[in-house]
Amino acid sequence: MLTSSVLTSGLLAQQGQPPGQGGAPEIDYLAILPIIIIFGAAAVGVLLEAVLPKHQRWSVQVGLSILAIVGAGLAFAYYVSDAPTEGITTIAGALSIDQPALFLWGTLLALGFGSILLIADRSVEPGGAFVAEAAIRPGTVQDRAQAQTTGMQTEVFPLALFALGGMMTFCAANDLLTMFIALEVLSLPLYLLCGLARRRRLLSQEAAVKYFLLGAFASAFFLYGLALLYGYAGSVKLADIATAAAGTDRSDALLFGGLGLLVVGLLFKGSVGPFHTWTPDVYQGAPTPVTAFMAACTKVAAFGGMLRVLTVAFESTSWEWRGVLWGVAIVSMVIGAILGLTQTDVKRMIAYSSIAHAGFLLIGTIALTDQGVSATMFYLLAYGFTTLAAFGVVSLVRDSSGEATHLSQWAGLAKRSPLIAAVFTFLLLALTGIPLTSGFVGKFVVFSAAIEDGMAPLVVIALVASAVAAFFYLRVIVLMYFSEPAEDGPTVSVPGTFTTAAITLGVAVTVLLGVLPTVVLDWATAGGGFAS
Amino acid sequence: MTPTYYLLLAALLFCIGAVGVLIRRNAVVVFMCIELMLNSVNLTLITFARIEGGLEGQVMAFFVMVVAAAEVVVGLAIIMAIFRARRSASVDDTNLLKY
Repeated sequence: MLTSSVLTSGLLAQQGQPPGQGGAPEIDYLAILPIIIIFGAAAVGVLLEAVLPKHQRWSVQVGLSILAIVGAGLAFAYYVSDAPTEGITTIAGALSIDQPALFLWGTLLALGFGSILLIADRSVEPGGAFVAEAAIRPGTVQDRAQAQTTGMQTEVFPLALFALGGMMTFCAANDLLTMFIALEVLSLPLYLLCGLARRRRLLSQEAAVKYFLLGAFASAFFLYGLALLYGYAGSVKLADIATAAAGTDRSDALLFGGLGLLVVGLLFKGSVGPFHTWTPDVYQGAPTPVTAFMAACTKVAAFGGMLRVLTVAFESTSWEWRGVLWGVAIVSMVIGAILGLTQTDVKRMIAYSSIAHAGFLLIGTIALTDQGVSATMFYLLAYGFTTLAAFGVVSLVRDSSGEATHLSQWAGLAKRSPLIAAVFTFLLLALTGIPLTSGFVGKFVVFSAAIEDGMAPLVVIALVASAVAAFFYLRVIVLMYFSEPAEDGPTVSVPGTFTTAAITLGVAVTVLLGVLPTVVLDWATAGGGFAS
Repeated sequence: MTPTYYLLLAALLFCIGAVGVLIRRNAVVVFMCIELMLNSVNLTLITFARIEGGLEGQVMAFFVMVVAAAEVVVGLAIIMAIFRARRSASVDDTNLLKY
């Protein structure tokens, strides 16, 4: 991936110069070190799969993944400690390491760390949530045998790292081609991860097929948008598109056709509005740790990319397209809130909640002010940790056939396990947006940014949607506390170290951002916006 | 020949691909329709590169090809897995996940 962007940038950079003088582009290795570490560790992980005996793989892969994320975090912290405020672009302008990119990298690394912990857990389900041998046919004797073994397909760790690296590149991509490659690098591993559940493998494979076909369809739209914008501006660099859009002598059909198709691809990844159809199915069918990873990290990447594209390349034409995105945001909030009411499965319910949240995030994204950008980034951070912990809790409530995700099975959970019920209640309240949780602060900053920018009607609709959505969160709380537990109800597993750590991390951040939001808000609002 | 014809042809191919994705039932055929969409993008890129007189569009077409190849590997693996489980590649049969 990195080599490829270096290659194109080299080729693209050469065009401007006379033949024979095209040198390699300058690369600021220190700035992109976190990405290099993540991709490097993923490549090493693939290699280890080939040489290590089976019984050693799990421990080595887990160690390597955690080490990689911690190492990338240290490299990141070192760079941030004295990064230029206005940001830099590197690899001939392919990546832009500016303040929003750094904030999103930090968010992604922290959320990725939590997700890897959930993926690595083997205490809740012996052997972990992943299949021992993906090649075994579901429903056969061998399949029942593999469900009892403690092995697991350890390729999930390098795949997750590749996806994480793709997401980080996506947030920093400063031209559409790099963005497209990063989009594929983050999507392809996720398609595979979705299909690797240990239990209910038919559902899991079905989720993978649906996600893959719809995802590939959406990236074809993104790509055609890229091609039309190339035709419009003669370049796919975001800054060049902005320059071309400021002049008026070119074909508007190419500009708005390209923008529309591009945005469809991005909205799909962010599971927004009418492009959400894959979300409930994939969230339900995928192994729960992978769902947590997708819900938290993919959203950060998709909205990070959307913020950059809309702010850097299309700010000058915002009068033309903003109305459409108003409509999309409204549709997304309404679909999420209304259809969420009818759900009977916990994972599907959180999926619809994520569609409603995508609508709220889109409001912050189209504000296009510095305040809007920082508010959206804060919301992404807050939402990511809450939803990560929520899926962690979902993975604990189990019966003999695996996770008990049907809502009726959650009845009276507070009597069986008061602590887990209390934690889940807190997380649901954070998703609702009750004060003293990060959800409240997130909504508050996004909505105030939107009002500042003259979108008061949209904020009113958003408030109504959050009130409707509150109903289905509260319904679960009522069910857990005020219903009699079923006779053959699920048990709550005692979580092992990894899951406990991930849930604690999520809950701690949710509390901290609710009580002391200024710590992070100051960082989100500091600095110089996008560099291009 | 003006380059516009190539652009129109590419747009037509893209639409055929998109309609195919929506109406065909076999997962492999749906996937082929997506490939058709990607190839129409390649044609568009190369035509624009010709109009612009630069190499950038042609280089991008190579990247699209590489990504499409990677996508084929992942996609066919997933479709194979589900075909082995169900003896069918129809996207209508994969309907366990719903309300």
